This record gives sequence, structure tokens and C-alpha cells, in this order.
Amino acid sequence: MNILVCISQVPDTTTKIAVSEDGLSINPQGVKFILNPYDEYTIEEGLQLREKHGGTVTAITVGGASSQDILRTALAMGVDEAIHVTSESKDSFSVSNDIVSAVETLSIDLVLFGRQSIDYDSFQTASTVAALLDQPIITMVSSLAVDGTSVKTERDIEGGKEVMETSLPCVLSVQKGINNPRYPKLPDIMKAKKRTLIERTSSNVEPRVSTISMELPSSKRAGIILGDTEADISELVRLLHVESKVI
Amino acid sequence: MSSILVVLESQGSNIRRASLEAITAAKSISSDAIIGVSFHTSDAILAQAGEYGLSKVVNVTNSELAVYSSVGYAKAITEVATQNNVSTIIFSATAHGKELAPYVAVKFNAGYASDCIALDSTSGSVVAKRPIYAGKANVMVSISTDNKVFSLRPNVFTASKAPTTLSVESKNVTVSVINTATVSNVFRNEGKLDVLEADIIVSGGRGLRGPEHFHLIEELASAFGGAVGASRAVVDAGWRPHGEQVGQTGKTVSPNLYVACGISGAVQHLAGMSSSKVIVAINKDKDAPIFKVADYGLVGDVFEILPKLITKLQSFK
Repeated sequence: MNILVCISQVPDTTTKIAVSEDGLSINPQGVKFILNPYDEYTIEEGLQLREKHGGTVTAITVGGASSQDILRTALAMGVDEAIHVTSESKDSFSVSNDIVSAVETLSIDLVLFGRQSIDYDSFQTASTVAALLDQPIITMVSSLAVDGTSVKTERDIEGGKEVMETSLPCVLSVQKGINNPRYPKLPDIMKAKKRTLIERTSSNVEPRVSTISMELPSSKRAGIILGDTEADISELVRLLHVESKVI
Repeated sequence: MSSILVVLESQGSNIRRASLEAITAAKSISSDAIIGVSFHTSDAILAQAGEYGLSKVVNVTNSELAVYSSVGYAKAITEVATQNNVSTIIFSATAHGKELAPYVAVKFNAGYASDCIALDSTSGSVVAKRPIYAGKANVMVSISTDNKVFSLRPNVFTASKAPTTLSVESKNVTVSVINTATVSNVFRNEGKLDVLEADIIVSGGRGLRGPEHFHLIEELASAFGGAVGASRAVVDAGWRPHGEQVGQTGKTVSPNLYVACGISGAVQHLAGMSSSKVIVAINKDKDAPIFKVADYGLVGDVFEILPKLITKLQSFK
């Protein structure tokens, strides 16, 4: 089974976000960039499937030069090959097209994503890639079983869980908790530093969504902070009922 | 005339409120007719959509589409949109909506903006506002293609009644269901209200000190008539199931009221609940970050405050 694991490099959310001078992006000063937290589960799922079914796991990322770091993390965890597509584009549609171009050069049975990337939170690349490949899509998978070409998944939906079935080749996105990602060992981290990455250029498909402006949300919270007396608790109930009308 | 297609979802015997919000949002950006698409939905449920201003619904009745199928539904929606000359399709950003919308966008040759919290058409073309970086920033985005797809974050837009005469067209689409992904079983949470559906959520964090104390959160949730949520810390510690986790790697919720008890307010938790209409924080640390995003806060020990608050709510009803 040949698996393509799609990962992305994102700013760490604990970083303070400032809007840059162009008003369209964040100021990268002092921002730490990390592997998208959901993607640890994606890489691990690919590796576990390879352990069960054989085949290869290839990691791919679409981004600038610094995104090579996360490919080295994936190699250290155990993926067989890593592809870096150099691109400055941040629109999901153009990123998806770059992934599809790579898929078309390989023989891939399963494309795996993390459920969303925590920078743009677009939650669209997995389904977009599936549509471009004309393959089935199941997102937010919390439990996965592959048997031959049969794929059986479980995921949370509003009010419960859904079991969805499909067959390979297909595209899936995984949810946190589907597995326990392994920590790369130091010798593997050192070996990964010396590996050659497969470099590809972007097909530069026109983005379809563009940013007009960015703002930091204004905190319009009332900010009424009380103590813990009976009177304070009564006041809270009154505020919720009379002022906010939520109870 | 380029009208808007709203994708309708129902739950039990009701249309989803998020679908009604999408209809009102559609009416706010267009004076053209708003059309709906539904799958195997009864006239009684569709009539509820008519109360909010839908003039026509295409109800898909293919037997193969009686259960949800990601590719099947996506292709059906695209076919209905194309046949009805719409240029914009609006989904609710529910589990199914978020999965379908990008797929539909590709087949419909449309750009897609997800999880939008505002839509504005005053400039002539629709500009969408959506949160990024876990809600630390918002971006205003425009779509360059003539056809456009949006998904709207539930419980952010208002649903307003605008009763109109509704016509329902039953339709068999010519979609192929080979090569798709289909639901084979659904498990419903028995009794417990899910955080994704609740108007009120009471969440507990490490301040509860142990799983044995979480009954206070359950009792407070019950007193409010809401659902129980949890921080990542207590889920990782095994005190509560992952299904209750609210936050960046859990669920994103935007209830009318979110009560955070013994939760410090780490950025990753805020990402999951910061668009709640009203936020209450209860924590003994007056400097806890959660108080910066709270509308109302009580500084004190949860073990002292929660029992008193539960009693007050019970007598308040």
C-alpha cells in the first residue's frame, strides 16, 4: 500500500500574532514555526498502515524553504521519502493542485491529511484534493481499518458517531487521538538531516480565494469580574438572565 | 438571475437551526430567490425552511442517496446548482457541510471560503470574514471565480423568520454512486447532549482536581440545561472522554453561553470557544487568561462556588 502523507508547517499558536505592514498577513518576527499539530497523527497513521500492510509512506509539503524542517521530522519518524514543493501560495486550491500533480507522478493508494492546519483553519485541502483526483473523501477519521481495498472509518458528528466505508484509492483526513504519535529518536533525527529531499516546483495554479484585509478581533467582552460571595453568585445569575438573556 | 442555493440539513424531525441561519444569511446578501437542496427530507421539515424565506426546495430522492455519501451528495448538490442557474452555494459548517463544500466547489468551478462568521455584499461582490490562527485574527476574503461556495459557522448568524410560499420539487439526480464513501452506521449519544448541538456548555478543567469531582460540572450543566465540555488537560489525563474536548484539537463550539470552570484559558482552548456569545469564567486565579475573554467572571474556588450556583439556578427555574 503506497501512502502519501500531506503535512504543513504553521506558526505556533502560543505565539502572539501581529498583523504585518501590508495588512494581509502576520508579521513573522518572533514567530516560531512548527509541524501542524494534527499532522503528527497523520504521519503516525501512515507509518502504522505500512507496518500492517507493507508498501511505502511518502511525506509531502507545499511551502517555502523553511518547511523542509517538517519533512526531516517526518523522515526521522520513519517515512520513506519526502517531497518538497516550493511555493509561496497560501490558497488551499493552489496547494491542492500541487499535491495532485505530485500524486499523478507516483502510484498512490491512500492520501492522508490532518483534519485542518492551524494557521488558516480552512478545513478544505483534503476534500479539494479528493475532488481533483475524483476519489472518495472521508474527513475527521478517529478510527481506521483497512482490509485489502476496503476502508472502514469512524468519526464524530453532531450528536454521535458515524461509520463510513469506502475503498482504495481514497483520501482521508484524521482527527487527533486516532493514534499515539511516536517520538523520533536522536540517531534517526541525525540521519534525516542528511537525506535528500525530492524537490518539485509549484504548478502555480491561480488561487481562488484572496485576502483583502486582516484584523485582530476586538474584544467586546463585558469583562465584569466578581468575587465568590452569595451576592456575587446571585448577581451572575441576574446578569445572565436580565442583561445577556441567555438563561 | 444568479440566485443562491442553500444546502439544508435536518436532525430528527427538525431542520437544523444552522440551515435556517444559512437561509437568512443568503437573504442578507441577495435579493434574488433563495433555493434549497435537501436529501430524502419530509414536507413537514421542509415547511420549516419555508418559514425562513426559501421559495423552492429541490428534494433529492435517489434511493442510493437515502444515507449520506460524501461524493454522492457533493455531485448531487453540484447538479442541482447547475440546473437551477445558481452562482453561489451556501453550506453550514457542520461535519457534513465542511466535508462536502470543498468537493462541491471543485466540481462547480468555484472558489470556497470556509467557516465564515460574516458575509457582506455592500461592495457589490461578497466579502466573507473568517477566523484564522485559532481565532486570533480574522481575515476578509474575496473569491475570484464567478461561482462561489461558502460555509457558515453555526450559531453565529441569526435565523430570522420570513414566511413565504414554498414549492418542493422531488428530484432524481443522474449521479453515479460508484467510487464514493457512504455511511454504514450511526451511533447517537444516548441522553447526553453533545457540545456541538448545545446552546449552553459548562466545561471543566484541571481546577476540578480529579475525575471524581466532575459531577459538579455535570450538575451545573444539568441546572443550565446544557452540555458538558472539557479541557484538553483533563481529557489527556483520562478524566473525560475525547468527545467532550473543546479546543483547537477538540471541537470548536459557539454556544449562546459557555461556562469555563477551573480552566486557565490556554490559547488552544480559547480557539475552540472564543466565538461563544457569552463567556463566564470561574477560577480561583484572578490572573488566569480566561478572564481576559470573559463577559462575566467569578474569582474563587470552584468547590465553593459551583454548589451555590447550582442551588441558585435550580431555585431560579
